[in-house]
Amino acid sequence: MLLLCITGLPLIFHHEIDDLLHSEVKPADVPAGTPNADLDRLLANALATSSLKVPHFLIWDRDDPNAMFVSVGESITSDPTNNRFVRMDSHTGAYLDSPDVTGRFTYIMLRLHVDMFAGLPGKLFLGLMGILFCVAIISGIVVYAPSMRKLDFGAYRGHRPRIVRWLDIHNLAGILLVMWTLVVGFTGVINTWADLVLKMWQYGQLAEMTAQYRDRPPPTKLTSVQAAVDVAVRAVPGMTPSFVAFPGTAFSSKSHYIVFLKGDTPVTSRLLKPALIDAETGKLTDSRDMPWYVTTLFISQPLHFGDYGGLPLRIIWAVLDVLTIIVLGTGIYLWLRRRKAGVSVDRAIAQGSAVDAPQMSS
Amino acid sequence: MLAVRNRRTLGQIFAAPIMVGALSIVGLLAALIGDGWWDAVSWLSLALPVLLYLFFVVRRKSVGPR
Repeated sequence: MLLLCITGLPLIFHHEIDDLLHSEVKPADVPAGTPNADLDRLLANALATSSLKVPHFLIWDRDDPNAMFVSVGESITSDPTNNRFVRMDSHTGAYLDSPDVTGRFTYIMLRLHVDMFAGLPGKLFLGLMGILFCVAIISGIVVYAPSMRKLDFGAYRGHRPRIVRWLDIHNLAGILLVMWTLVVGFTGVINTWADLVLKMWQYGQLAEMTAQYRDRPPPTKLTSVQAAVDVAVRAVPGMTPSFVAFPGTAFSSKSHYIVFLKGDTPVTSRLLKPALIDAETGKLTDSRDMPWYVTTLFISQPLHFGDYGGLPLRIIWAVLDVLTIIVLGTGIYLWLRRRKAGVSVDRAIAQGSAVDAPQMSS
Repeated sequence: MLAVRNRRTLGQIFAAPIMVGALSIVGLLAALIGDGWWDAVSWLSLALPVLLYLFFVVRRKSVGPR
């Protein structure tokens, strides 16, 4: 848990850290209202510069409307976690850069935080740790009551031995943060199931929507991406494209482009809606709202990352994370003391309670 | 056993934590619902536990050992 809290801390500011440590090519300055580049041309430019040749995803940058990414892999079946991101200028369609991020500090922190470089088993292991974290929080609430029977809320006995002081800090910070840690802990657990949720959706709703295509061979020549995006935007009014999954990738069927669209409020911008475009005819096949289990995953993401309320919210997130580290640290200390001395924390406190009594009554 | 007279009930023990916890939930959801004022509500209600923590720890430290 300590590892998760510590690696999570820099991830809250991953944009700022990357900006500080690595330079990136800036997209061209354009006046507001400049139309976006044709996506087919942008895609061709991206592939021309890349050693990898098969596009998997086309992704609009959430934070920078002037840039977008093309995620390219070796083949359509290659593992997308090895894909290379090519950054493109969304107005001119020109190549910006394609840095190798795998050596970056933020990337290492991310992998340690998400799966400890162990793939799905690593994720599920950390998910299990997250469940235990939530159980520990709840058991903390249960033992908070007897421990506070004789104390006011917020009691911090600053003049007492370290074990008492740290117990008070553990109790105080723990109970103040309890809702936040439960929410961040549990949404983190849900995020570890993302791969499974995606598979469930593929075999559930997506299979249903593409049932008539099951026995058809994949299209030999793909229609225009730009046209597919246009069809999708027209089919789902009021939403803007977030990313396109190419036919045959982990987020699509073998015969469709899927354009994932987002809304424009903090919640609806997370609730992506897929529009399936037949990659042979360019026509809309279907567009449905995601099932509840995918929606749950989508809502869990911002609640875990804390990236939905501007920089102030992220700073608060970081401070709360530091306090959680303090709760964990004092918790480990109290547990070690209890084991080593064979003396319960309660007794250590009781031994000093005679000294404490006058202050309590004054 | 210790004297029972200054024992607190569960209600007394958990009154403040429940208030703080409820405000945390408000804060977590507010920034999801909207921007602008909603964000401000979220910042204030989530900063509250941090401020309370600092208040209680600093208060007792300034009293110091007797």
